Amino acid sequence: MNALLLARWQFGITTVYHFLFVPLTIGLAFLTAGLQTAWVRTGKDHYLRSTKFFGKLFLINFALGVATGIVQEFQFGMAWSEYSRFVGDVFGAPLAIEGLLAFFLESTFLGLWIFGWDRLPKRVHLACIWLVGIGTALSAYFILAANAWMQHPVGFALDPATHTARLTSIWAVLGNSTAVVSFAHTIAGAFLAAGTLMIAVSAWHLRRRQNAETLRPTLRLGLATVLVACLATAVTGDVDGKIMTGQQPMKMAAAEALYHTSQPASFSLFTIGSLDGKSEVWSVRVPGVLSFLATGSFHGKVEGVDDVRAAEVAEYGPGTYTPVISVTYWSFRLMIGFGVLAGLVAVLGLWLTRRGRTPGPERRWFWRAALWSVVLSPLAASFGWIFTEMGRQPWSVFGVLATKESVSPTVGAATVATSLIVLTALYGLLAVIEVGLMLRTARRGPDGPELPGSAVEGEPHLGFAY
Amino acid sequence: MSLQDLWFTLIAVLWCGYFLLEGFDFGVGVLLHVVGRTQTERGILLRAIGPVWDGNEVWLLVAGGATFAAFPLWYATLFSGFYLALLLILVALIVRVLAIEYRNKELDPLWRMRWDLAHTISAAVPALLWGVAFANIVHGVPIDAAHHYTGSFFTLLNPYALLGGLVTLSVFTLHGAVFLTLKTTDELRERARAVAVRVGPVAAVLAVVFLVWTQADTGHGASAVFAVLAAVALVGGLVATLRGRDGWAFVGTGTAIVAATATLFSALHPDVMPSSTSAAYSLTVANASSSHYTLTVMSWVAVAFTPVVLLYQGWTYWVFRARITGDAVLPAILRPKAGSGAGPDDHGGSSAGSDVAAATGSGIAPTTGSGVAPGAAAQPGPTTA
Repeated sequence: MNALLLARWQFGITTVYHFLFVPLTIGLAFLTAGLQTAWVRTGKDHYLRSTKFFGKLFLINFALGVATGIVQEFQFGMAWSEYSRFVGDVFGAPLAIEGLLAFFLESTFLGLWIFGWDRLPKRVHLACIWLVGIGTALSAYFILAANAWMQHPVGFALDPATHTARLTSIWAVLGNSTAVVSFAHTIAGAFLAAGTLMIAVSAWHLRRRQNAETLRPTLRLGLATVLVACLATAVTGDVDGKIMTGQQPMKMAAAEALYHTSQPASFSLFTIGSLDGKSEVWSVRVPGVLSFLATGSFHGKVEGVDDVRAAEVAEYGPGTYTPVISVTYWSFRLMIGFGVLAGLVAVLGLWLTRRGRTPGPERRWFWRAALWSVVLSPLAASFGWIFTEMGRQPWSVFGVLATKESVSPTVGAATVATSLIVLTALYGLLAVIEVGLMLRTARRGPDGPELPGSAVEGEPHLGFAY
Repeated sequence: MSLQDLWFTLIAVLWCGYFLLEGFDFGVGVLLHVVGRTQTERGILLRAIGPVWDGNEVWLLVAGGATFAAFPLWYATLFSGFYLALLLILVALIVRVLAIEYRNKELDPLWRMRWDLAHTISAAVPALLWGVAFANIVHGVPIDAAHHYTGSFFTLLNPYALLGGLVTLSVFTLHGAVFLTLKTTDELRERARAVAVRVGPVAAVLAVVFLVWTQADTGHGASAVFAVLAAVALVGGLVATLRGRDGWAFVGTGTAIVAATATLFSALHPDVMPSSTSAAYSLTVANASSSHYTLTVMSWVAVAFTPVVLLYQGWTYWVFRARITGDAVLPAILRPKAGSGAGPDDHGGSSAGSDVAAATGSGIAPTTGSGVAPGAAAQPGPTTA
């Protein structure tokens, strides 16, 4: 394997891994803030218990999100130095602004929130967790603005002397339509992630008939959050798809493995056969749906891979302009599929828990679905990013800079292999530790039956702060 | 002052802030097992940096982001050139975050022991490597005409750079010890002061040799002024420690760190990454910077938001200005009855409080009202109920 391929794997692995924690951090910050607001307003104890319980899960998750985020900022320069040289004038600004506006906000006020329970007035303390939430959302906006510029570069000019991109309008970069829509989509996805976690954790206890006073309200909150978030991801995803069709026609064609321009274009739920489009053995097709996804009309014309490729060859010169179609085809479907499943769990759960009902333990299928819904959002989000980033290939900045021209020229394959192995092994180990800690903390529940037999005389156990 | 010089200065300020603040976090990590003899004591030390370490680390992220935005060529050459060194720093920083955040999430002594050990190692590694990295930047590394780093990982391990690493490691350790004398009481405070007295002379000698070497190597007028200031502040801090003036000692080590960082940056200017291959290949503030427009945009953002950030970060230090006593790390249930932490989860009392305080030694002062609190009660300690 050459350095380019290794660097791509490294970016893919570290980014997907980092993004397992990001949506949970954003969503849980706001849901925890909501629970604490409910406590401050009503004074009901169960809201305080759920605030602290989910706050604790939030903190465990936040730590790994922060830790893996440092790698993200460093690896542009480490493994992608040509990219950094080329785009730094444009791309660096949102990253620096993210640090100054968002990272300081979230980390400083998180410290105040964790340790400020008896130091700060109740409402000031409540404001801290809201500011953490706002910080996480701001951070998402700026980093998505940076990513959106790679998908749909705006507000820049090519400097012929240095052959680098020069920023001409920061407002164009920050107001990029792609940034606005993917921000909405990402925030909706963040609530989907936090909502499913809340469902799963609450359901685990409710199935055992414990902590109902605290966790039945959070089960309902989780279910409602997921339902709304699911609809919001669908709507924002739909707008995103239509914008993408205009900006990156290849990506939409690749999402469907549509080789020939069609009007109207059908959407295949499932295809068996060779995905190179030359022979299709069997597929389930819904007429007109791809046209609708791409254009908003069931009769709209969708350009096929072959035609887009011909157009790109004409525009950018000879080359391969097709992403790996099997990856884009399946990641697009899996993203939608897992998101829809989460929505179904929410609808079902809201129905079964309507008007004060709690399903009995005999409804094992429901409890099982509620528990496992926690994996749906990370899966959907991961496939969404794999689709977005793989679908842009062979470009790192669409139409402007190729991925193969972005990699660090002086960093050899052995060096990248070293960091790839080290980071992957470390991330794997940390995942085991993190999931274990999340599970144990979740099982202990909000009223915390104490850890059996592990107490040492005089050793305080905190868990929330330290 | 041109915008390029302004941004060079701002990046220098960000590194000064990072080393000033994260410096004592690293120091506390390095000294975790020296000053803290039991897990409870190590818990108290951890609590001293608990509310602030994350905000301190953001200075690094903003320094990195600002370098990317203001000097993309510097960022590209530096980060790709120092690849393996930065990988080591990254691994350490990742582990350290979790060592701080996960340590108290379980009661298991083995779990805590492992995280404490990981914390010490992961604090020492970056404390050493930042010095190595900066010494190399200031001295110059092999860079070719295309601004590509042509050395290897081992090129970075030269005597001057290794001395730089020992300086940051020892000075941060001293800074951490002095910080602990300000944040702890009784026995822990005495131990921290004893460490400061022992580490101080070593740090001072290493730092003075390094600063003189830097001055002879690349220095000029401004860097000489900063170097003298750094040396005076460090020795002054040491004297203050010996006389038991902890506050002045911290001012001394803090000033020394800021002045030493300023020495390095002023010795570096107007280069940002000098080439040891040929001076003509050096990256400078002029040839590595972003466009005038980008720097203008970034300047307005910095002008508008930096004061706000400084205000609320300063406020955090004010809120958590109190010394940490043993009481602070005990969950509400284990505290004496008069304690402030009667949270709703506090399942009414236990007689363990006084036993615990007695068992864990004089580091535990049952002061009221300085605790962590109802938060702690979310996971009540071993209960007799």
